Amino acid sequence: MLKRVHFPASVLPYLLVAPQIVITLVFFIWPASQAMYQSFLIEDAFGLGTEFVWFENFQILATDHHYLASFQRTAVFSVLVAALSMGFALILAGFAQRVVRGAMFYRTMLIWPYAVAPVLAGALWVFMFNPTLGIFPYFLEFAGITWNHYLNGPQAMALVILAAAWKQVAYNFLFYLAAMQSIPNSVIEAAAIDGAGPARRFWTIIFPLISPTTFFLLVINMVYAFFETFGIIHAVTQGGPGTSTTILVYKVFNDGFVGLDLGGSAAQSVVLMVLVIAMTVVQFRFVERKVAY
Amino acid sequence: MAEIQLKDLVKSYGPTEVLHHIEGDIKDGEFIVIVGPSGCGKSTLLRMVAGLESVTSGEIAIGGRRVNELEPSARDIAMVFQNYALYPHMSVRQNMAYGLKIRKLPKDEIDRRVEEAAEILEIKQYLDRKPRQLSGGQRQRVAMGRAIVRDPQVFLFDEPLSNLDAKLRVQMRLEIRKLQQRLGVTSIYVTHDQVEAMTLGDRLMVLNGGYVEQFGTPIELYDRPASVFVAGFIGSPSMNFLPVEISTGHATLPGGGLLPVASTHAGTATLGLRPEHLNQDENGPLAIEVDMLEQLGASTLIHGRLHGTGHSITASVPGHANDGIGSIRRFSAAPELTHLFDSVSGKRLAD
Repeated sequence: MLKRVHFPASVLPYLLVAPQIVITLVFFIWPASQAMYQSFLIEDAFGLGTEFVWFENFQILATDHHYLASFQRTAVFSVLVAALSMGFALILAGFAQRVVRGAMFYRTMLIWPYAVAPVLAGALWVFMFNPTLGIFPYFLEFAGITWNHYLNGPQAMALVILAAAWKQVAYNFLFYLAAMQSIPNSVIEAAAIDGAGPARRFWTIIFPLISPTTFFLLVINMVYAFFETFGIIHAVTQGGPGTSTTILVYKVFNDGFVGLDLGGSAAQSVVLMVLVIAMTVVQFRFVERKVAY
Repeated sequence: MAEIQLKDLVKSYGPTEVLHHIEGDIKDGEFIVIVGPSGCGKSTLLRMVAGLESVTSGEIAIGGRRVNELEPSARDIAMVFQNYALYPHMSVRQNMAYGLKIRKLPKDEIDRRVEEAAEILEIKQYLDRKPRQLSGGQRQRVAMGRAIVRDPQVFLFDEPLSNLDAKLRVQMRLEIRKLQQRLGVTSIYVTHDQVEAMTLGDRLMVLNGGYVEQFGTPIELYDRPASVFVAGFIGSPSMNFLPVEISTGHATLPGGGLLPVASTHAGTATLGLRPEHLNQDENGPLAIEVDMLEQLGASTLIHGRLHGTGHSITASVPGHANDGIGSIRRFSAAPELTHLFDSVSGKRLAD
């Protein structure tokens, strides 16, 4: 074994990591512990007094059918967002890899949506799907579909899923493209000589070889759908109509800052925090090890 | 069966021509080695036969059929890659069966062929392992196995041994040769290693800068190299070259010595002498001032300079030697074992 190198003790390394630690403490640990503390409190309607209630907020959540419905909605939403954006990114990357001329241009174009802010992305889709002005409702009318996501819950859900998935395609595309380019060319050539056509090569060689990337993206996309789609939903539907697009993260905001149930909202955010920690653990423990070669 | 014809084959990348009018007829069952230094176009030529590179002009025919426009899969070939190119997510068995499954062979036929190939290559006990669990030599065998189960018309080898250690390389070299003789499949083998080329090939195609320098049996290439390049490339240690003046059956060496040669040519030329064809001779015309000795045990290589000139020269003497640095040894050479080349074009001069 190599002998570990010892440096003389000095304050310099501590100074160098200090900014990062300060940022983490101020913007992550402090708010998280505040939320944790808040989740044990119930405030009266006029904000005049708070009471420490231990786990009562969580008990209320567990029996609140609005909350459970939101949980279910979030599951559907995140699975569909992940599936849609990853599926589409996979197809795009598969083709982008075969593009010979103008490859750089094509790839650059595909990466741009990632630079669009979530609220702007939402606004874009709101305009395109505006029931009176939008281009898509106009075309859908010909197909006999009346589009109005302000009134129709499933349509509103479809719209936020589309908008959220579109936003994430660029990110997934980048990872898939990088994964595909890391497969040695000769393996693909060997498969071609073995008689496999492009589609067969994709499903039997390329797709299994990029499975670690697929697992990784699955977790990343779930986390994205759970937590980072707030801006899109806020811009497109504000959680409505009714509560049909109120996913968990939107409900935290709605209950806390609109409904002013700070304790309940804090309890919800603690639940979300536990979820993201769980997903990260899954990511580190299983996904990183599941490399096929 | 399958003979291969290369007719006036040209490959260009944009305006740059990398292979120039390659001609070659390969007989059925022949083992052809394409040999040359890095960047001479040998891999490109092989990949054109495989269908992995397009043909700019000219024609490739396998078994009398023009294959220029055919996909690799339609050419009935199998290829062994330098990095083996095994499918990392499949077991050895699946790797070997992949091509057969695509051909929709019945299950028991696939199993039979895989078992048979595994038997030949002695990898039966590894059939259910993944490639990453195998050593380099075993991976090499799997790559070979994947080629032979397909029972193709042609085997193509792209420097298959260059990732193995020296000992294993010699062993696999013999096995590839035995296997090819046993199966009798026409093979093209690309390498930059001239020893590998000499020992494996029925015939060698020496490529240099995209031109075929010579195409012949190993012994032809050794005995009658067509150019200075072939002469220097084939044989180890490589041939010595000296600028000489020829007249009346004698070559005047740079230092002034006279060496009899078997040629009626007159004027300047390049004289080629193989180190192993230099005989120790106390009155010989070649005086070598010793710079360094390389002891190989069975023989000793004497590296030095032609006395009184700057021309470096190497001689091989049997057994041990212990000449001091700066001492002088004299050699002669048999006229029939000297080679003369045109001093400008480098082509062999008629004897």
